[in-house]
This record gives sequence, structure tokens and C-alpha cells, in this order.
Amino acid sequence: MTAAVFFGCTFIAFGPAIALFLFTIAREPLRVIFLIAGAFFWLVSLLLSSLVWFISVQISNKESAAQQKGLLIFGVVLSVLLQETFRFAYYKLLKKANEGLLTLSQEETMPISIRQLAYVSGLGFGFMSGAFSVVNILADSAGPGTVGIHGDSQHYFLSSAFMTMAIILLHMFWGVVFFDACEKQRWWAVGAVVISHLLVSCLTFQNPEYVASLVPTYVILFLMGVWAFYSAGGSLRNLKLCLTCKDKDLLLANHRPR
Amino acid sequence: CLRALNGQPPAAPTPRVVEREEEEEDEELTLKYGAKHVIMLFVPVTLCMVVVVATIKSVSFYTQNDGQRLIYTPFPEDTDTVGQRALNSILNATIMITVIIVMTLVLVMLYKYRCYKVIQGWLFLSSLLLLFFFSYIYLKEVFKTYNLAMDYITLAIIIWNFGVVGMMCIHWKGPLRLQQAYLIMISALMALVFIKYLPEWTAWLILAVISVYDLLAVLCPKGPLRILVETAQERNEPIFPALIYSSTMVWLVNMADTDRPNRNSTEAASPQQEPQEVASPVPSSPSQDDGGFTQSWVSQQEHRLGPLQSTEETRREIQQMPSARPPVEEDDEERGVKLGLGDFIFYSMLVGKASATASGDWNTTLACFVAILIGLCLTLLLLAIFKKALPALPISIFFGLVFYFATDNLVRPFMDKLALHQFYI
Repeated sequence: MTAAVFFGCTFIAFGPAIALFLFTIAREPLRVIFLIAGAFFWLVSLLLSSLVWFISVQISNKESAAQQKGLLIFGVVLSVLLQETFRFAYYKLLKKANEGLLTLSQEETMPISIRQLAYVSGLGFGFMSGAFSVVNILADSAGPGTVGIHGDSQHYFLSSAFMTMAIILLHMFWGVVFFDACEKQRWWAVGAVVISHLLVSCLTFQNPEYVASLVPTYVILFLMGVWAFYSAGGSLRNLKLCLTCKDKDLLLANHRPR
Repeated sequence: CLRALNGQPPAAPTPRVVEREEEEEDEELTLKYGAKHVIMLFVPVTLCMVVVVATIKSVSFYTQNDGQRLIYTPFPEDTDTVGQRALNSILNATIMITVIIVMTLVLVMLYKYRCYKVIQGWLFLSSLLLLFFFSYIYLKEVFKTYNLAMDYITLAIIIWNFGVVGMMCIHWKGPLRLQQAYLIMISALMALVFIKYLPEWTAWLILAVISVYDLLAVLCPKGPLRILVETAQERNEPIFPALIYSSTMVWLVNMADTDRPNRNSTEAASPQQEPQEVASPVPSSPSQDDGGFTQSWVSQQEHRLGPLQSTEETRREIQQMPSARPPVEEDDEERGVKLGLGDFIFYSMLVGKASATASGDWNTTLACFVAILIGLCLTLLLLAIFKKALPALPISIFFGLVFYFATDNLVRPFMDKLALHQFYI
């Protein structure tokens, strides 16, 4: 496959996430650290779910393809549930750490707010999830070969890239909504996040019918984005002020005159 | 290992209330600057790993098995039975560790009997070898890989300039960024040599044993390094300069009396010497255990604060108690961190080995990378909590090894199956 495919798919998959990282996270050391810690938590959840899946495969009938597929689906569901569990565990850890830091420093304000932590941890989960899903595929796309030569879909790389972008952004939105819901003790919202994650993963079971899996995923992405925007404190008024460069708080924060 | 230099906000005139405010400020500043220090270490460690992984993936020389081995690892690993292979790798690792311990002891002896010239000359020769010979081989292999032709005259000019500027930057003075770049490059070169010449099981075993040794050397009271530093303390003089990566220009502070910025000489040339020479008394373990911390700085601190129980404790205390410390640096605003090149080398070696030998390819490499960074972060955090001596290698290498084996054996089949069906989790 060509270099165009490689670079194109890489930028489709990681472009928004890298832009978010460069513009909002890269300059703040604390945020970078919490991003990497979020990535680590996702990794641990993946490890545990792979362990369970591996054990279940070893004790199962390896010849039966249907059973293997069933086990794989079980693995996916388990992995999603474990990811959300670890997101909750990360939330608890961050709350404890924040409280500890607050008592240590005896100050009114914390160096990093829980909302920023939600955003950063969600993006950390997203980065790691996206990277594990797509990096091997990207490496293969830089090498020789013909896509779909045995009758499979020709849009394998492109659809993988788009799916990865959706997953990364979704993780970020899920992070924001999840943490906000935990803060306000709204457990129905937490359940909604888990269910939407399960929904997105189960939609991918329909691959390679990409229309059936990608379009609903993007609809869910848009809805989650709107929900995350509102739960992070955004509103139409804020948005208008920001876009017409009249938002005083934002301008002050960026040290720009009105 | 790790050292941080924390400055101190300037003393205020009215003692009590201002002291408390200063303490609060200190805690807040400690947190912010602590995070900044972590990032100041993340960036060079990441760069070194990126260089090593990029080289491993593109230049096949470093993953080829030429049948050559280091003198320190004489037992081959392509044996018939698994048991024989395990035995060989254990023997190899034992020999390597013994060599390292012996070299450290020789170094301590040399220092005790005041053979400074020998040590300094040897360090100089080591960095010379690394900057000229190994980089020549690296360049040659890169040209081979990309099929670029170059005449010997141009090559000689390039290598000469690279080497001389490197020697100047490392042993004398140079722009900070250039010096940092050179340190990263020689760490990467060293890690690549290890990756090429250490057979697989031996390499993993050595990594594990080195981190255990690091742990023991720091927490047990009878290490040769401790004798070294205590001797230096008794004589009230700076020990031979060590090769450490520094994020800020702090050399003037340490060498205020000797007028020589000799904080950066090739002490981590020690691991480089191992592949080439048998009986060279190179101090390999300082660079691996304490990362070549500026002994002079430590001895200066000990001189000011009185004798402390162990050097590493001193180091950690110095890192972690900014409010108890007189300003160490000329510039209060400038706070720097130092990390030993031995740590760079072993981190990069782990990630490089993971990318070279893992069948899970990029997933395993990524997992090891994140694990090492988190280990580094945790080490700094533990230091902040316990304010005790802790080495930089064990936690990161432990995480790295766990994640390597777990990802390669458990996660890879799972992710492969998912990618096959294009399921996303």
C-alpha cells in the first residue's frame, strides 16, 4: 500500500487527538502526567480482560469456530466493562490524590480541577485505545500488499482509521460525562456512559458492513459530544461569546485584549 | 538514579507568618515544579527510546544475529533444549553482574588510593571510543540500509566533527541543548550495542538482576558506592565527575571551588567498555545504580548538613525537602533534574528489545513505553512521599518486564483476533 494511505489513515485516526494534545495539554506538565496515567489505567484494564479471555480460550474447544467467536464477543463485552470500571477507579484515585494535595498545600484552589482531569484522563484512555487498535494496521499499510485481494472489503484501512478517530473522541467525551456524573452522584448518567460504550463496541460486530457500524457510531459521537459540552459547563451563550471573541474569561486566560 | 535540585524562595525579613506562607508556597511550588521535573525527564527518556526503536525498526544490523557475542556473555543461546538455554542465560547474567560488581570495587579501590588520573583518563578514553567508533559503525549501517554512497573523506570529516564537538560538549562546555542531545545519542548507541550483542533470555535476565542489584545497593548499608561517597566526604573533595543528563546549567554551583565544570565526564562509558575490553576498571555500577549522581554535589550537601546515613538518602532528601535546604543554585528560579545515563540506557534497552523481538510488534513497544514512564513517575512520587533513598531502575524495569511479557503473550492474541474481525473495544 502507498505512503498516501499510511499518512492519510494516520492523520485521520490521530489528527484530532494530537491537535487537542498539542493545543491544550502539551504545555502543562501536570496534565501530561495525568494523561499518561490514564493511558496506563486503560492498559491495565486491557491486560486483565485479555487474561480472562486467554484463560477462557485455553479451556474451551479450540476447533469450534462458533465457540471462539462467542468467546471473542464475551471478551469484548468484558473488556468494555473493565475499562469503565478502571475509569471509575481512576476517578476515585484522582479524588483521593486531589484531597491529599489540597490538605498538603492548605490552599483554596487545586492546581488542576476535576474537570480538566476528566478531559485529560478521557483523552489518555482514548489515545491508548486508539493506538492499540490501529497502530499495527498502520504499520501494515506502509508495507507491500493489496487490500481485499481475497474478496474482503477494500476499505479496511480507511474504515479502521475513521473508527479509531471516533473511539478516541468518544473516550474523551465519556471521560468528561463520567467524571461529572460521579461528582454529582448521578448514577444514571454513569450507566448511560457504560451502555453507550457497549453499544459502540457491539456496533462493530457488524463489520465489514461499514455503513451499519460507522454511521451510528458517529451519531453517538455527536450526541455524546453535545452532552459532554453541556456537562462541562458549556452553553449556547458561552459558545457564541467564544466564537465572536467577546468572552472575557477566555480572553483573560489567553492574555489577549478584547 | 534520580536527583533533583530544588531551589528555595528567597528568605523573607519577617520570620514567622512569612515562614508559614513560604511553606505553603513551597508545597504548591513543589507540586508544580515536581510535575515540571517529571516532564523534564519524560522528554529525554522518550527521545532516547524513539531513537532506539526507530533504529531497530529500520536498520536490520542491530537485530541480526551474527553469531558474535560479548566476552562477558560467552554461553550461546541457540541450544537444543530449553533447559540448556535457561542455564546458559543464567550463567551469562551471573558473569555480567559479577563483572559489574568487580568493576565497581576496582573503581572504589582506585579512588581510595587516589589514582585520579587513571580514572579520568579512562573515562575520557571511553567516551572517545563511543563518540567515534560506535557512531561510525552506526552511520555505516544506516548508509547500508538506505543504500546511500559516501566517500571515506566526507565520512571522516563528519565523524571527526561529530566526535570532537561531542567530546567538548560532554567534558568541557557547550550549549545545553547540544549537550543534552549528545548524551541522548550516546545512551541510544550504548543501548543499541546491548540489544545487538546480548542474546534474548540473557538480556531479560540481566535487566531483572540489574534492577534487583540497584534496589539492594540502595537499601542495604554495605555497598561499594557508599564507601566511595563516604571516602569522598572524608576527604572533603569532589569525586570524579559522572556522566549524567542534566536539564539545566547547574555546573557552576558544584564546581565553585575547582573552577572546572567537570560534572559531565564519561562515567557511564563504563557499560560501553564492557563489550570491547575484558579487564578495564570502568565504573559501571555507578552509572547503573545511582546514575552517576554528582558526588561532588552530594558531598557538598553532606558537608553542609552533616553526615547522613546513606548517599542515596541524601540524594532523595535533597530532592524532596526544598524547605529545609539552603539554596543550592545560583538562580533560585532555575530548578533542574539530573538522571543518570545508566537509567537511560536500560530503559531504552528494554523498549528496544521489546520492539526487536516481540511478535506483537507495536502494541508491545507502546505498552513497555507507557509502563516505563509510569514507573519513572511513581518513583518520583514515592520519593516525594517517603523522602527516602529509592533507585530509579527497579520500578520502571519491573513494570516494563511485566507489561512486555503480559502484552506479548496475553494481549497480542486478543488484539489480533479483534483486528481480524474489526471489532473495537
